[in-house]
Amino acid sequence: MNPFSFFSRVSGYAVAIDDFFFALVALSILVTAIVFALLIGFCVRYRAGSPHSGGPRPGLELEITWMVATFFLFLFVFWWAASSELQALHAPAGTLDIHVVAKQWMWKAQQPNGIREINEIHAPIDTPVRLIMTSQDVIHSMFLPALRIKQDVLPDRYTYLWFTAKKAGAFHLLCTQFCGTEHSRMTGRLVLMTPQDYARWSSTQQPSQSMAAEGETLFRSLGCSGCHGPNSSVHAPDLTGIYGHAVQLSSGRTITADDAYIRDSILLPKRDIVAGYQPVMPSYQETVSEDQIVSLIAYIKSLSDEHALNAKGERK
Amino acid sequence: MSEVSRALHEPWPSLARQKEAVSFGVWAFLASEVLFFGGLFLAYTVYRNLYPHGFVAAARETEIFFGTFNTGVLMTSSLTMAVAARAAEGGMRRLTFWCLSATGALGVVFLIAKGFEYHDDIVNRLVPGPNFKLHEQGAEIFWAFYWIATGIHAIHLTVGIVIVGTFAVMLRRRAAPLAGPRYEGAALYWHLVDIMWIILLPLLYLVGRAT
Amino acid sequence: MTDIALDRLPQAEPHPSYLTEGHTVASWLLTTDHKRIAVLYVLSITAFFFIGGLAISVVRLELLTPHGAFLTDEEYNRLFTLHGIVMVWFFLIPSIPTTFGNFLLPLMIGAKDMAFPRLNLISWYLFVFAGLMALYTVIIGGVDTGWTFYTPLSTFYANGNVIAAAAAVFISGFSSIATGINFITTTHMLRAPGMHWTRLPLFVWSIYATSLVMVLATPVLAMSLLLIVAERWLGLPIFNPANGGDPLLFQHLFWFYSHPAVYIMILPAMGVASEVLACFARRRVFGYTAMIFSMMSIAVIGFLVWGHHMFVAGQSPYANLVFSFLSFIVAVPSAIKVFNWTATLYRGSITLKAPLLYVMSFIGLFTMGGLTGLFLASVPIDIHVHATYFVVAHFHFIMVGGTVSAFFAALHFWWPKITGRMYPDAWAHYGAMTMFLGFIVTFLPQFIIGYEGMPRRYHVYPEQFQPYNVISTVGALILAVAYLLPLFYLTWSLKYGKLAGNNPWQATGLEWQTTSPPPKENFEHTPVVTEEPYFYEYETHEGKGS
Repeated sequence: MNPFSFFSRVSGYAVAIDDFFFALVALSILVTAIVFALLIGFCVRYRAGSPHSGGPRPGLELEITWMVATFFLFLFVFWWAASSELQALHAPAGTLDIHVVAKQWMWKAQQPNGIREINEIHAPIDTPVRLIMTSQDVIHSMFLPALRIKQDVLPDRYTYLWFTAKKAGAFHLLCTQFCGTEHSRMTGRLVLMTPQDYARWSSTQQPSQSMAAEGETLFRSLGCSGCHGPNSSVHAPDLTGIYGHAVQLSSGRTITADDAYIRDSILLPKRDIVAGYQPVMPSYQETVSEDQIVSLIAYIKSLSDEHALNAKGERK
Repeated sequence: MSEVSRALHEPWPSLARQKEAVSFGVWAFLASEVLFFGGLFLAYTVYRNLYPHGFVAAARETEIFFGTFNTGVLMTSSLTMAVAARAAEGGMRRLTFWCLSATGALGVVFLIAKGFEYHDDIVNRLVPGPNFKLHEQGAEIFWAFYWIATGIHAIHLTVGIVIVGTFAVMLRRRAAPLAGPRYEGAALYWHLVDIMWIILLPLLYLVGRAT
Repeated sequence: MTDIALDRLPQAEPHPSYLTEGHTVASWLLTTDHKRIAVLYVLSITAFFFIGGLAISVVRLELLTPHGAFLTDEEYNRLFTLHGIVMVWFFLIPSIPTTFGNFLLPLMIGAKDMAFPRLNLISWYLFVFAGLMALYTVIIGGVDTGWTFYTPLSTFYANGNVIAAAAAVFISGFSSIATGINFITTTHMLRAPGMHWTRLPLFVWSIYATSLVMVLATPVLAMSLLLIVAERWLGLPIFNPANGGDPLLFQHLFWFYSHPAVYIMILPAMGVASEVLACFARRRVFGYTAMIFSMMSIAVIGFLVWGHHMFVAGQSPYANLVFSFLSFIVAVPSAIKVFNWTATLYRGSITLKAPLLYVMSFIGLFTMGGLTGLFLASVPIDIHVHATYFVVAHFHFIMVGGTVSAFFAALHFWWPKITGRMYPDAWAHYGAMTMFLGFIVTFLPQFIIGYEGMPRRYHVYPEQFQPYNVISTVGALILAVAYLLPLFYLTWSLKYGKLAGNNPWQATGLEWQTTSPPPKENFEHTPVVTEEPYFYEYETHEGKGS
């Protein structure tokens, strides 16, 4: 596995962060050196008995000067930091989505074609990859130090990380939100491969069913098609093509049908009712596991034209 | 020893200054109480925003009769407390004593009524848990707030009753001077407890009642 | 410095003072004298300092090897939690305010005692009661959630004694609030004639600003703890996602207190620095008014930055930007203070006594720690270093390099006033230098492994990080020596130290105008103040701002 390093180079983003970091280090060393030099220098030059003691000191002008200079310097650093953050804010179009479920004390990952991994995530380089993460119990945190990224993983909610790596290799994956007894053992590997190697790896691990096909089976066996199917007598929203589209709710709000919305609809159906429908859908909270939800979402996604959507789920 | 000199404590140079300081100190304490309840109200606001239907359904289960009765009791007690503080200022020993006692008694009436209300709530399965009555999302959280908020309020009220009762008893036994800062301080505290209730009333009892 | 004088021998009959006013245990345990209460606090917080220090010594020994040596995961987790809880609430928060704040506030403003002397004693009892509850929690097995009590770990999944720990901290909060109310009222109501607000020593201003934060922030912590106890003990759902609750809400409530809490820890230290610098430079503090504005700004803006602890928690990215911006703003007044302290030495007449050495340590380490705060305020860097040793190093630079150094500075500066005795200068110098060295060796390596990616709260860690962990542990041992040293020579000085006299440092300030130790009522006659503060002999009196 690649060692932890001060100089990552695993993604363009990581390089940008390291550059910013070292600029701040240089600034800090400079300021620290000045402060130490002045403190020690003054103690020497103005020691008791020195002829230089006493006399006028600079006044308000100096005070104001360094107040303003400090303020603008800090503002500049904030601007540098904020622009880095804003650039990395939204994942680009067409990410390769990998679902991650964290639990005490392991990581479970599910590739788009259904391959399951434990404590390991394989991903291609030169491709925008998005991790869609949730926890089965307490708050964990996915830390990929080589990529300089981290995101807390919460129960009953999806959080996201995205990256475009440019260097292949195996890198550390760590949990960084204290999660109980074996928190420090909840580590793993991020295995980055060239797209060709990744494709080859995926095909050798082909599961019996893709995630979407698995989701379709569940959709029937759990009774979803009973109401949401085309021949149902129950007035329920048609799920064809809804993924990534705007949905109007009975409260008047309009939201986008993304992974989180679909998950909520399965577990907390009374929360956001689609306009024009009655709140009759039962909750599947006791019946479905997180893994099954991921498969169901994959199925519902497959009912939409995926290529026409960007990663945020909006029509291009 | 004169009343004034009995009331005066170290390190105060004068009783007037001491009374000013006690008022000031109690106001500072009230500020901390506002932040304390404020945290609770913030949490309530967040969830009310997230689960409007659940909160409406849940609040409909509160007993408006008790809520109204208790509000009347508490506001009356604030009146008697205010009169007690004014009477102490004016040197009227008996009026102070009777008003302090009335305040404490009304506080006890509040707690007794609250006890009956709690009994009804428990019988109606409004304690969050496996047996909880409602199924709307957020209803259980509302009722968690109900128990926590009214419980904390009741604890504050009990402390107030003990303080007021103690002052009344000490006054009766002439063990405490009328001229001191304690009555003003107690009044400030009592009014805070009342104000917290007045905020709790609409939050707990009046959600969705108009519709 | 090494006079062998007759007044170095133990005195049979010291002159009457607050120390001799009653010799029974009851006279101490039922005292309402702020000076005796301060001494009671010194003893209590010292005990907790060593308890918290012992816990982390065991942790650092365990971290010598990457795979764990003699502790189980559970034991390790409970030890670092113990360290955090004890050090934050039973050492740092009370440290300077309840000891030097209590002792000096009335003296510095020319008062006979605090506004509410009996409340002051109650504060101490609440603190001790809370402390005993914390020790009880340790004895029955401890708690394993980290000092931050995040839900749903603390409410549902933790095996440790969360409720007992939360109760102990809750009660300590009452002590804090009561102390804060006492200090604020005292400052407003008991200043001696002529002691205008603009003549107050900066230490008084720092205690005042700290008290405002204590009174307004601590109740929110109380509510957060109460809610997790309600959820864990009574099953009342507040943060549980299964019932629709939001675990992030706990984090907001918790950090709304816990960020201002760090300003409770640093503001008094800043006050100490100003007092000591002015005395040993023989000049007034540079920019007195700016120093006051800085401290008050830190107190206010400090309430607005709590979200910087939650950049990766799941908060909106736009909230992240706002909190980031405000975190940069709050750093400005601190930077101004560093410049002003440095400028105070300019054209002074400096003697390098022990208190000044500790304050120099404070300024240097606080500057380094503060600069790393800029790293953490930058969202992209924080995303990388959050929950790593980089953060651990940052806050230890401020809290230990900063606050603890200042605490020792205060101890060495006001020891003659409090006890009437001088300590041996040479030993105090060794102690200060050892502390600075030990500190750097312990915590500088942690920045390095932090940026590389070593997470905090890790019992076992990737082998690559072992060398720096070993260095850090060696540093911790050096620090332990530095902390134990004063225990010996200061205790020695109580019996054998030279008598101090009223004003051994020739300092300004009303506390130095009375005897050492002071009499019970502080002053024989109420002082009347006519001078500006810090009217040292090298001042040229050419106006404010210099």
